[in-house]
Formats: sequence, structure tokens, C-alpha cells
Amino acid sequence: MSDTHAQTVTFVRDTMLPQAAPPSTAQGPVKWMRDSLFSSIPYTILTIAALYAIFVLLSGFLPWLLGGVWTTSNIRECREVLDGARGGCFSVLAERWNQLLFGIAYPQDGYWRPTLAFILLFVAVSPVLFAAVPRKLLIVTLLYPFVAFWLIWGGSLLVPLAALISLCVGYLVYSKLVKTSFAAGLAAGVATAVFIWFIAGFITPGLSGVLALEEVASRNMGGFMLNMILGVICVSLSLPLGILLALGRQSSLPIIKLICVVFIEFIRGVPLITLLFVANVVLAYFLPPGTNFDLILRVIIMITMFASAYIAEVIRGGLAALPRGQYEGAESLGLDYAQSMRLIILPQALKISIPGIVNVAVGLFKDTTLVSIISMFDLVGMIRGPILASTDWNGVYWELWGFAAALFFVVCYGISQYSQWLERQLQTDHR
Amino acid sequence: MNKSVFFGAMTVAGLVAGASAAATLDDVKERGKLNCGVTTGLVGFAAPNANGEWEGFDVAVCRAVAAAVFGDPTAVEFIPTTGKTRFTALASGEIDFLARNTTWTFSRDVDLKFDFIGVNYYDGQGFMVPKALGVSSAKDLDGATVCIQTGTTTELNLADFFRANNISYEPVPIETNAEGQQQYLAGACDTYTTDASGLASTRATFETPGDHIILPEIISKEPLGPLVRHGDNDWGDLTRWVLYALIAAEELGVTSANVEEMATSTTNPEVARLLGAEGTLGEMLGLSADWAKNAIASQGNYGEIFAKNIGEETPIGLARGLNAQWTDGGLMYAPPFR
Amino acid sequence: MTTMSDPQQGSFRLSMLLNDTRYRSYTFQFIALMLLIALMAFLGINLVRNLAEAGLNISYDFLGVPAGYDINQTLIDYNSQSTNLRAAVVGIINTLLVAFLACLTATILGVIAGVARLSNNWLVSKLMAVYVEIFRNIPVLIWILMIYTLMTAVLPAPNAFRGDNPSSSMLFDAFAFTNRGVYIPAPVWGPGSMIVVATFTLSIIAVFLYRRYAVKLLFETGKLLPLGWPTLAILIVPTLLVFFVMGSPIGLDYPALRGFNFQGGLQIGAPLIALWLALSVYTGAFIAENVRAGIQAISKGQTEAAASLGLRPKRVMNLVVLPQALRVIIPPLISQYLNITKNSSLAIAVGYADITATLGGITLNQTGRAIECVLLLMLFYLTISLSISAIMNVYNNNVSLKER
Repeated sequence: MSDTHAQTVTFVRDTMLPQAAPPSTAQGPVKWMRDSLFSSIPYTILTIAALYAIFVLLSGFLPWLLGGVWTTSNIRECREVLDGARGGCFSVLAERWNQLLFGIAYPQDGYWRPTLAFILLFVAVSPVLFAAVPRKLLIVTLLYPFVAFWLIWGGSLLVPLAALISLCVGYLVYSKLVKTSFAAGLAAGVATAVFIWFIAGFITPGLSGVLALEEVASRNMGGFMLNMILGVICVSLSLPLGILLALGRQSSLPIIKLICVVFIEFIRGVPLITLLFVANVVLAYFLPPGTNFDLILRVIIMITMFASAYIAEVIRGGLAALPRGQYEGAESLGLDYAQSMRLIILPQALKISIPGIVNVAVGLFKDTTLVSIISMFDLVGMIRGPILASTDWNGVYWELWGFAAALFFVVCYGISQYSQWLERQLQTDHR
Repeated sequence: MNKSVFFGAMTVAGLVAGASAAATLDDVKERGKLNCGVTTGLVGFAAPNANGEWEGFDVAVCRAVAAAVFGDPTAVEFIPTTGKTRFTALASGEIDFLARNTTWTFSRDVDLKFDFIGVNYYDGQGFMVPKALGVSSAKDLDGATVCIQTGTTTELNLADFFRANNISYEPVPIETNAEGQQQYLAGACDTYTTDASGLASTRATFETPGDHIILPEIISKEPLGPLVRHGDNDWGDLTRWVLYALIAAEELGVTSANVEEMATSTTNPEVARLLGAEGTLGEMLGLSADWAKNAIASQGNYGEIFAKNIGEETPIGLARGLNAQWTDGGLMYAPPFR
Repeated sequence: MTTMSDPQQGSFRLSMLLNDTRYRSYTFQFIALMLLIALMAFLGINLVRNLAEAGLNISYDFLGVPAGYDINQTLIDYNSQSTNLRAAVVGIINTLLVAFLACLTATILGVIAGVARLSNNWLVSKLMAVYVEIFRNIPVLIWILMIYTLMTAVLPAPNAFRGDNPSSSMLFDAFAFTNRGVYIPAPVWGPGSMIVVATFTLSIIAVFLYRRYAVKLLFETGKLLPLGWPTLAILIVPTLLVFFVMGSPIGLDYPALRGFNFQGGLQIGAPLIALWLALSVYTGAFIAENVRAGIQAISKGQTEAAASLGLRPKRVMNLVVLPQALRVIIPPLISQYLNITKNSSLAIAVGYADITATLGGITLNQTGRAIECVLLLMLFYLTISLSISAIMNVYNNNVSLKER
């Protein structure tokens, strides 16, 4: 029996087979493609359709981009040079880049000023945005508004300096008195700051030549610079306002709550463009006769109000998301309202609201293009107004719109990537 | 928080600037600049060039006023306005003087409380069509799509014209002249309508201006003139007579080239009064004696301004027509300087 | 208040208004109220003074005066002799129209993009990510202007359809895509058409009744009725029968090139399309992100638990995942609808006659009644926004989990 068995089995392997590589269809790019591109018939069709779409887009776009003309001085020359070939007329960017970025009236030899202010902006915001950056840089953040104002608007350095000094002294007074009472400290601090600012108002005009840059009026700001200025100023102004509004809306005092709710809901209920109309055509009627604000200042007021209502809602979400125990804990420690908000609630609520605030900021920055509708020469206004109206460049659309879109995309995409990064950093729950 | 200081600073500055509101001329003198409202861009009338300097027919009027007030034609701040914003800008004092091809109408003068100081261009609304369309009269435009700039009297004129002739049309409202051009050239509308001067100016920027014709019908009267706020008659007088000085200078043969020479050696008493060699006209306006001389020296007389910006030698190529001197059969007629 | 034995009761001092937390809140509120009243009074007095100085007044009489201008796209009767009020109503209807259309397409686009972004197909999900990032990071105003320019520059003018050998032709001889807009056949309602419409309405009701009956049957007896083809049959067959019995009362009016333009049919103007498209793709990108977040918010445990109960994948989706995801998706979705409505005010940039362009645009320019027009404009948008938020609050209260 056993023999027959031995005869039927001619070979018995007594060693292990060496490990073979997986078949080529189950590894590497092939497997990846099978899994993620051609896993089933509908998916395959979808993939092919997507590839075709990409091909169509690129075959239209790339020749236009790469075959473009950069050196002619008007659109007619562009057409001559291209001679029917596919390509963009990018000369408009080469010739008008300064108007697109800085507007028509900013002094040409002063372009370095907003550029420097723009670069410093990164230094100034880095300690706020990234916890890893040394805290000492916060000093730059505090100084930045004054430096930027001086750089962009020009005039004597003494004006922003006086503002800085008055603020510092005001803060000193506040920090001395805050131990007795927050309200008293705040009131005294503000009063001191205003007083010093008022005194300085008598001194600075006499020294207007000291450390002076060429003064530039607000209405001479334009181009992408105007979008940046509006965006940065309005967001930074609307933050404190938004916090106050959010606290007011959460407050237990009925009148204050009512005021805040009405304000927030009103602002959120109307489109920004109507608020800009107000700034442009109505606001003048509500100010004392003879008052004459700059248009840009009126627009800043309106956009700030607009943004603060949205930021208030984001922060209210943050406040609501805090567990009740935090409020109760603060109270049980014997902290009063101001202290508990300042020391316990707001730091936590603001931290969780940051991604939301960043989203509002991005939205707001995009909305600054609306000022073109009320005849301000921001980036979009520059394109729709002087550049497309000029004899030289009438008819160059895609190059200009593409440039504008690219600028906004870079900034907004950058900010939203930061926001997503931050959200991951702040994510403390384990999903 | 820190930003609020700079914000406050600007507010205070704004309030201080505004608090001293008095007569417009005093305001302007104190400011050292004339705030002049212009269009956001209409080639030939007011448009910034590649260097960001404003130039054009309306711009020249602004510069002439600045030259008369300060002796310096560059002491002007040009403030671009749209059809919607121009009147508020003037009413609120943001601008002192509006030179933005604005039609002088009853309701604007009376109801909106402005003073038109004169007419610097007699215009009328016309239609531009491509030659290929084969239309020779605006009455053939039944059912046509019409591009029209919003915020102007042209919309109302258009509605009236088509209703009066009992024909239909489809309006395509557009915001800026550049967009009107774009729509018209792409064939999205059959005809583009605005003031005939604007049509000529637009056509001048086309690649092949010869392919487009301006129809003979002029469907409205459009006396375009600069305007000021109602109520400050001194400022109104000043600007009115600067404009008339330019017109009178042409009639009297004073040009930017010979104004210096005329001022010293003229024998014509009216020229002498105009240029300040005789009489006290400047003083009456609250200006220096050489106010008109400065205005004419810097911008030239009316005819020179016309020729330089929109005349037949320029790409815009407008004939003088109604805008010729009354002595040449036109409507330009300056009251006597005495 | 009464039972609490407060030792200092009755001995109220003025300083307690500042120092005593019981009274301090009243002080603060009083100050806030006074400040508010002062601000209002300041603005009001200025307004009265400014108006008096300029010799103007606040009056809404202009609403009854003939508007004097024409509007290209109107859903109600309007001509240049209609009043400004009617022009405003035309604008309101146009605003609602474009907002409604854009909400619809943005939702469809957003859901497709949001689901596709979670797809296993690498290329498709990346493509959707690119779509979302590009569209939501560029201002909507630029999109509106770009799409309008695109329409004007790329689509042919009606002229191109003319002649013996036209460079463009109509699709199925029924649809014309021109840079003035899209022309589609319009239904013509002949006599008896109401009966067809009524039949169709009844069919829709019948479908609902049938479905309810099927569900009831399923719960009571466990018998499963087919749903797909009966629904279709109920929907189509009676209507078609009545249509032919009545002798085809509903016809189609095809657009044809006559004179300068296509005449007949239904015209959807280029400004409307540009605005509609731009709002759809822009807001669609945001909705896609909401949808993705909503689906990802449902923890895997839910799906697994449902599957372990023996539910089929389709049921897992319909009965477990979707109801929960919708609770996350719908509130931001409604606020996106709100954004569409508000962003539709940018119609003014492309000349679409919405309320901002009629009341806040031409009427304002022609009458010079800036304060009145802007006030009415804000009132309109406020009404719309508040009604939508009211609906949203009702919904939120209904679907919110009852916790604690």
C-alpha cells in the first residue's frame, strides 16, 4: 500500500519556495491605476471622459499661454505679431502692470513703499498665525499698523509715532488701574490716549517735514493694492468689533442683546453692494453738513461693519461651543464678567473660531472687488475702466481677467490652505 | 486694536477738513487743489493715459478752472464718477466741479439742485451700426437689439424715440463704455447708442472704424456742460466765466501761443479786459488779474482744446458743427466781457 | 426678591449703580440705550439739516411716476410708460428668478462635485478638488464678468445664422445659441390645454398615492410592489392619451431668425445666463464642500451597524447615512442659498434687470431719489433674508438631536 503511494508521489518538496514578487497587475502603478482609475466599467468611462476634458482644456490653454506676445505696445501690434496664430496678448500686462497693481495715481517712484509694507505684513502676521514663531516678533505686529500707514500714505513719521506713543501711555495707565477695576482702567486708558493724541495734534503739523515720505491721498490708491488695503484694514478692524458684538449677543442684558441682534441680522440680511451704495450715495446725507469723508474711508467703514457682523456670528459659534462648565468654573472662581471673558472664555472661544474667521476673511477679501461697481479703481475697476477703455488695449479680455483671477487665487488659496492646516492642528478629538 | 488709532486719525483729519466748510472758492484755495469729477474713461473727453495722467476735452475745462484759480493747471484732483455717483459726489461736496458730459435738463437743474454753468459741447444722441447691417436710418431699426449705457438720459430718449415711431427694440443695458464696445463689436447688439460725440470717440478706438457708420438721426438735444452745486453763486460765476473766457478767446483770436503777447500789446479793449490788462474783472471774481490769461495759456482757447482732444485731426475726428463759434454758424456764443 | 433677606435692602445708594452687580447691568444698559438714541438723533438731525440745506425732501411719489425706460427681460407686462413701482416689481421677480435657477443648478452641481470628490476614482476626485479650489478662491464678480465676456466672445451673433451658407446653425432647428442669449421653443397653449395640464397634475398626485399605498402594503403584509415602471406609466400614459384625444392642444413656437433677431420661442438673455451660470458654479463649489463635510461627518460605525442589521447598501444610504448627513448639510446649504440671493445683486455688472439694476440703478439715476431707493432696496433683501433664516430656524429645530 505504502509502496504504491510512494510510486505515485514522485517528488516531495522539502524546502520552502522563495517569495515571489506579486504579479505585475497587483502592485505598483498598474495596481494603482486599476484601483483608482479603471476599477469598473462606469469608472473607466468616467476616467476617459475626465482625461478628454483635461486634454481639451489644456490644448486650448497652453498654446495661448506659451505662444503669447509680451513686448508690443498695443493690441493691433499684437495681432500683427501673432498673425492668426494662437496666443495671448500679454503685452498689456507688461505695459500696465503698475496700474493693475498700484492704480493710476500712485507715484511711480514710490512703488517700493506698498511693496515693502506688503512684505512686512508677512512678518507681522506670522507670530499671530504660527505658534512656532518666536513670541518676540509680536512687537513687529504691534508696530506694523503704524509703519504700514506711514509707508503707504506717506507724510511725516511723527503722526503714526504720536499715535503709537498715545496708545502706549494709554496702555500703561490701563495696566496700572486694571487691578482695581477693568472698567475704570479701560476708561482711564482710553481717555489718556485720546488726550495725548489731541496734544500731539498741535505739535505734529509744525514738524510735518520730519522723516517725511511723499504724501499720497487715499483716492490715489488703486489696483490690487487697494484690494489688499481694504481687505487687511477691514478684517483687522472688524475683529475687535466682532468680538464685542458676539459678546453683546450672548449677553444677559436684554437691551444690549437686542441692539447687537438687530445690527447683526440687518447687516447679514443685505448684500454688500447695497451697503456700498449707502457709503457712496447716501452716507453723506447722514453726516454733519460740510463733513467730507474720503470715499475710501466711507467704504472702509461699511465693509468693516459688514465683516464684523459675520465675524460676530463665527465667534458666537465658538462661544456656544464651549462647555457650560467653563462659564460656571470661571464664575465659581469668583471672577467677574470682564475677567472671566478675558481670561477663561475668549481665549478658548477665539481659538476654535479661527478657521471660521479665516473663511470670513477670505470671503471679505474677495468681496473687496465690489468697490469697482461704485467707481473705485481697484483691480477689477482698473480693468473695466481705464485699461479696457483705452484705444491701445480695447479687446484684450482674457489676459487681464486671467491675471486678476490668478492674483486672487494665489492669495485666497494660500489663506484657505493655512486655515485647513490650522484646523488639523486644532483637532484634538480622535476620530 | 492698534489699527483703530490710524482709523481715528483719518476720521479726525476728515472732520477737520470738512469742518471748515465755507464758500467753495475758499475751500478750494485752502485745499490748494480743485476736486473735479470726470468719467471713469471716455477717450477724448476724459481718460487717464498710460502714465495715469488725465487728458481730454472735459479734463481741459477742469484744468482751465484750476489755472484760473491757482495759476497752475496741474492743481486738480480728478475723481472718476459713474452715472450713478456723479450727482451725489457733487451734492455732498466730494467734488467742487463736475465736468462729465452731463446733459443739461430741467429736472437736474431744478429738482436735483445743481447749476449748469454753460454748455461746452452741443451734442445729440445718435446710433452707430455696422455698415454690413445695411441700415441707413434709425427708423429701420425695428426689432433691433440696442446697447445702451445705463445711468444717463439716453435711456429715456431711446424709449421715447422708439415709442414715438411705434417700433420695438430690445435694450441691453451696460455699465461702462468699454463693455458697450465689447458687446457691439461681438454683435451682441445691432446698434450702439449714446451721444454722437461718444459714438465717434468709441468708433475711433475700433480696429476698422470705416466699417461702422453713425446714422443721420440725432434723436435728442444733449447740451453737455459742467455743473456746480446750487447755492454758491460766486463759485458758479467763477467757473461760468472761465468757460466763457475760453470761448471768447477763440472769437477774439487769443490763442495759447499769442496770449502773452496779446496781454501786453493788444489794442482791442475787450481782449485787454479779458486778459487783465485793463479793468478789474479778476478782482470781481475773487481771482488775480491774469486769471483768464493763465487758463488760456495753459489749455488754449476753446477751439484749440476742441482740436487737440476731439477735433478732426485726432482719431476721434469730430467736426465743429454746432460747436463752432456763432460767427461761423455755430452755437458757441460768449457774453461780452465788460 | 422679597424672601431673600438682603441686609442692605432699602438702603440704596447712588454708587451701587456702578459697584453693585445687581444694579450695574441696568446702568450699562441705560448708557448703551442713551448712546444709541444719541447716535440716531445725530444721524436724524443731520439728515433733516442736509435735506433742508439742499432743498430736498423724502418722498416716495416717484414710485407712481412713469419710469420712462425699457427693460429687456420681463416676466410681467412692462413698458416704458409703466410706473417706477412696476419697474421695481419687474426687478424683484427677476431677482427671484435668477436666485431660484441658480439655487437649483448650484445644488445639483454641488452634490455631484461633493460626491465625486469622495469618489475612489483618483482622477475624478482630483478634478473635482481643482474645480472647488479654483471656483471658490476667485471673486464671484470676476466670474460673472468672465462668463459674460465668454458668452459674448465665443457664441455667434444672430448674424452668423443668416445667409445661404451660414457659419452657425440652430440645434435641431429648435435651439439657437447666440451671444444675445439662448432661444428655445416656447409652448403655445391652445384651447383645451388646461385639461392636459390638469390631467398631468392629477397623475402626479396619483403617483404619490400609489407610493404611499405601496409602503403601507409593505409594512402590513410584507409584500413588495414594483415602484419604478408603474410610476412612469401613471405619469406619462394618461397625459399622453388626453393630449391626443384633445387634438394636440399644446404646440411649440419655434424661434426663427426674422429681422435683426430671433423672433418667437422663449428668449433667455445672455446677462441672465451669465449671472445664472456664474452664481451656480461659484456657489456649487461651496456646496460641494458642504456635501463632502456632511458625508464625512457620519462615522463609519453607523454604516457598519446598519450593514450588520442586514440592510442592503442602498438602504444603508437612504435610511441611515443620508438622513444624518442631511442634518449636517442643510443648514449651510440654506445659507448658501441666502448668499446666492444676495450675490444676485451683482447683476448690475452685466446689465441683468434685477432689483438692484432697476430700483437701485436706473430709477435711482433718473429720479435722484438715492435715500428712498437704497432704503427700499435694503428692505427687500432684508425681507428675503429674514424669511429664509426663519425657515432655516424652523428646520433646525425640527431636525436637531434632542440632547440633554
